[in-house]
Amino acid sequence: MNSWTLVLVQALNGLQFGMMLFLFAAGLTLVLGIMNLVNLAHGSLYMLGAFFAATLQHWTGSFLIALALALPATFIAGAVIEALVLRTLYVRDHLDQVLATFGLILFLNELVRIVWGATPLYMSIPPALRGAVALLPGVEYPIYRLALIALGLAVALFLYVLVGKTRLGMLIRAGASNREMVEALGVDIRLLFTAVFGIGAVLAALAGILVGPILSVESGMGDGILILALVVIVIGGIGSIRGSFVAAIVVGLVDTMGRAFLPSLLAAVMPAVIAGAVGPALASMLIYVVMAIVLFVRPQGLFPVRSR
Amino acid sequence: MLTRREGAICTVSMAALALVPLLAAAAGEPFYIGFVARIMIFGIAAVGLNFILGFGGMVSFGHAAFVGLGVYAVGLAVHHGVSDGFVHLGLVVALSAFAAFVIGAVCVRTSGLYFIMITLAFAQFLYFVGVGLKQYGGDDGLTFRGRSDFAAWLDLADAVTFYYFVWAILAAVLFVVYRFVQSRFGMALRGIRSNEQRIQGLGLPVFRYRLAAFVISGVICGIAGALLANLTQFVSPAYLHWTRSGDLLVMVIMGGFASVFGPVLGAALLLVLEELLSSYTEHWQLLLGPILILVVLFAKQGLMSALPPAGLQFKIRGHG
Repeated sequence: MNSWTLVLVQALNGLQFGMMLFLFAAGLTLVLGIMNLVNLAHGSLYMLGAFFAATLQHWTGSFLIALALALPATFIAGAVIEALVLRTLYVRDHLDQVLATFGLILFLNELVRIVWGATPLYMSIPPALRGAVALLPGVEYPIYRLALIALGLAVALFLYVLVGKTRLGMLIRAGASNREMVEALGVDIRLLFTAVFGIGAVLAALAGILVGPILSVESGMGDGILILALVVIVIGGIGSIRGSFVAAIVVGLVDTMGRAFLPSLLAAVMPAVIAGAVGPALASMLIYVVMAIVLFVRPQGLFPVRSR
Repeated sequence: MLTRREGAICTVSMAALALVPLLAAAAGEPFYIGFVARIMIFGIAAVGLNFILGFGGMVSFGHAAFVGLGVYAVGLAVHHGVSDGFVHLGLVVALSAFAAFVIGAVCVRTSGLYFIMITLAFAQFLYFVGVGLKQYGGDDGLTFRGRSDFAAWLDLADAVTFYYFVWAILAAVLFVVYRFVQSRFGMALRGIRSNEQRIQGLGLPVFRYRLAAFVISGVICGIAGALLANLTQFVSPAYLHWTRSGDLLVMVIMGGFASVFGPVLGAALLLVLEELLSSYTEHWQLLLGPILILVVLFAKQGLMSALPPAGLQFKIRGHG
């Protein structure tokens, strides 16, 4: 495999990672932009979705059945969490929201550890999507990852139509730019909140389920992606789905390509020992550098929504 | 600013803390000397965080960065054979001040949610630096032998001496923060929290005040980190993990962010809770999570206001 095909493969990996980040971040940014709620427990929904699906796949043997049942199951779990804890937080300040949802993470991570144990679960790729396909002569790429990219794009398109062309989407956009005005115009804001939270929960669960077969399903799996998704929505502009789509792809590509190529690039300009030590660390930090630069140039992110 | 009530709580608590080594020795339980020293160290860090949170309105979700920086500075210095305590102190103050200046210069321009997230991102940044330091154990961390050496002055290897050293630094930090809060600088800081535009309008340099406060806060947390390194003799990226930043926030809120001393009580409450719950069950976080949620929802004033006598109190929030 020559270096250009390696770049192609890593670019696809980055794109696939970006798509999963987008699924996760889209819900987070909507909840934040419209409901003004910092929900750190968004990662817990991602984790719950993956655990439900792993268990269901283990019982039924079918990925599709697992997917079809785990989504509503996570939705119900999300609705319970929303009704018990999050609903009282809408009117609180961000500090309260951060702390209370931090408490939720501790609780849910531990709960999952009690119910499913500390050892990671594994999901298998559905039979139809196993194996690899030749993209170019001699360049094979796993079908499942291509399917994830396609599905991510499909969800992005669905959200684009939902937000851009439907009445619900119109209310979502209006809510993101000026919530008080929407409320004053007589829209049932609670119903809108429920719809937005539900969409977010299902998308997070979907991301968790889809990465189940390529990552391990374990307690705390939502924490890492949560931090990355926060970076994504800050870069993209809080409340903007388009922003989080662009930012998710940027972050996915930068992170994956950085990890893959930065160490060897550094080795070309400095002694191998130093490059070996600095490279991986620098690669992990790369997206935070990108965020700092974006915020320095555009403090409200790439696609600012709020008109205040 | 320092009410008589808070002064009383602070004095009584510090006096009680001074007695801990005697009581622990009498009870034959030396474990508690180290445990309470840990409480005081996290108390110092929480007081440092609360200086910008409670009085400056800046919610930092990344102060573990400065604690971790202090831990790494002392740990790596000792590891490389530099054990002079005064060098450690200078190194930690210089490093954490520099880091807080750089991070603060970016962060304090923003506010609200963006401030929370950018501080978090910077802490993550340092976390990955720690993970990337493969020659110092990377993810697993590194155990080192030895503590800060203050030559003939102090022998920190002795648990009781170390305890009183931490106690003295806690007392000094509390005193300094009280003085800052009461000073013109602290007044301006509280003014900025209440109404930034108005302070700007009065002609005060808001950015510089906020940045200065951020640096002071970072240095206090760095010093706490240096003490923590002396206590545990272990460096690890775990000190920089974002959940440690969350713990600091929890301590501040549990103790009461409207007072200087409150966060020390919060640190005690959280660490004692952890210790108690984990002695009952390994799944103690299952209990800690809901306790935290309940505190946020129903007891936002923190422990400080729950203590008697609830006579003299000052307003928590300024006028809009």
